[in-house]
Amino acid sequence: MNWHRYASPANFKRLSDRLLPWAAGGAALFLAAGVWSGLVVSPADYQQGETVRIMYVHVPAAWMSMFVYANMAVAAAAALVWRHPLAEVAGRAIAPVGAAFTFLCLVTGSLWGKPMWGTWWVWDARLTSVLILFFVYLAYMALNAAFDEPERGARASAVLALVGAINLPVIKFSVDWWNTLHQPASVTRLDAPAIDPSMLAPLLAMAIGFTLFFVAVAFVRIRAELVERRLEALRHARVAGEAAAERT
Amino acid sequence: MKLPRARQAKRRRLMVLLLAALGLGTAAALTLTAFDDHLVFFHTPSDVAAHKVPVDRQMRIGGLVEEGSVERVAGSPVIRFRVTDLEHAVPVTYQGVLPDLFREGQGVVANGRLGADGTFRAAEVLAKHDENYMPSEVAEALKRSGRWQEGAAKPK
Repeated sequence: MNWHRYASPANFKRLSDRLLPWAAGGAALFLAAGVWSGLVVSPADYQQGETVRIMYVHVPAAWMSMFVYANMAVAAAAALVWRHPLAEVAGRAIAPVGAAFTFLCLVTGSLWGKPMWGTWWVWDARLTSVLILFFVYLAYMALNAAFDEPERGARASAVLALVGAINLPVIKFSVDWWNTLHQPASVTRLDAPAIDPSMLAPLLAMAIGFTLFFVAVAFVRIRAELVERRLEALRHARVAGEAAAERT
Repeated sequence: MKLPRARQAKRRRLMVLLLAALGLGTAAALTLTAFDDHLVFFHTPSDVAAHKVPVDRQMRIGGLVEEGSVERVAGSPVIRFRVTDLEHAVPVTYQGVLPDLFREGQGVVANGRLGADGTFRAAEVLAKHDENYMPSEVAEALKRSGRWQEGAAKPK
């Protein structure tokens, strides 16, 4: 018997019981602080004016779209190699959250692009690679749900998630490798951030808030998925039991 | 013996996964290297000067609006300016609405056609801003002290 196959979801439930209030409370705290300091306290930008405040939603959403995908890819590798049931459940549970962050990133980017660049959309390397990320999320969700047996869907979509992971470095470095309309990184670069501390503080508060929000939502969704699977197993057992009773 | 066989299967799956990742990574790296210069959103004025861009085909050029080059033709909606990468410059004519960020020294990307006379006729002008974010007081102070100019990297 491979004991951790059965122990792990129980462990997860105990761990998430303890961490969920902290993640949810922290998310509310950091998001409130980030929104207030981003919209009220922080200054307008020297060239973009008030429009720069879109950054406090757009940039954390963009980071999360890639962070959630990285989590999904790790879960996919664990599901393929170790056939760990919790990894299958985790990948399936967080994919829609990542897709939502990517969608938010694309929409806020478009709203920001119109006043600043003069266009809602251009097909440059950065924007196109993020759009591909969004489609990979959708394909993952569709493939995951396309099979009658959940295990086969999990395996097929895990392969897709790993192949799609190639897109992550392409998104990150697209603005350095090719010339694009999108500007290069301001915060995640090797030298000092090219962003004033008065604007960096709300941005980081929002990023921490987004991350904690994701952790809380992931906990809730994974637990719901585990309960659903347990229900399904119980239903199967009851049907099998009734069939056996009829035969005797 | 059930456990060792299960462990062997796991190791085999891990090896297959790593080999597949290696192959896929190599393929992706080769593809991206092959894209190299062809996946550009815009050409630079230096490309134009080196005759590396097609004449009379739709394309984009990008660079800074040269200081002192913007002129509005009197009595017509045509705007003339020069796009420079600080080595070469291309004269551009444009008729239409400019983005709010458009001004001298600002990065722009113009979409249009390069005429045989070397003038770029833009159908669309987009502003390209840099990665520096700061309040205007800080920008003013940096400019006054001569430590920074627009279009240059921010001092540390």
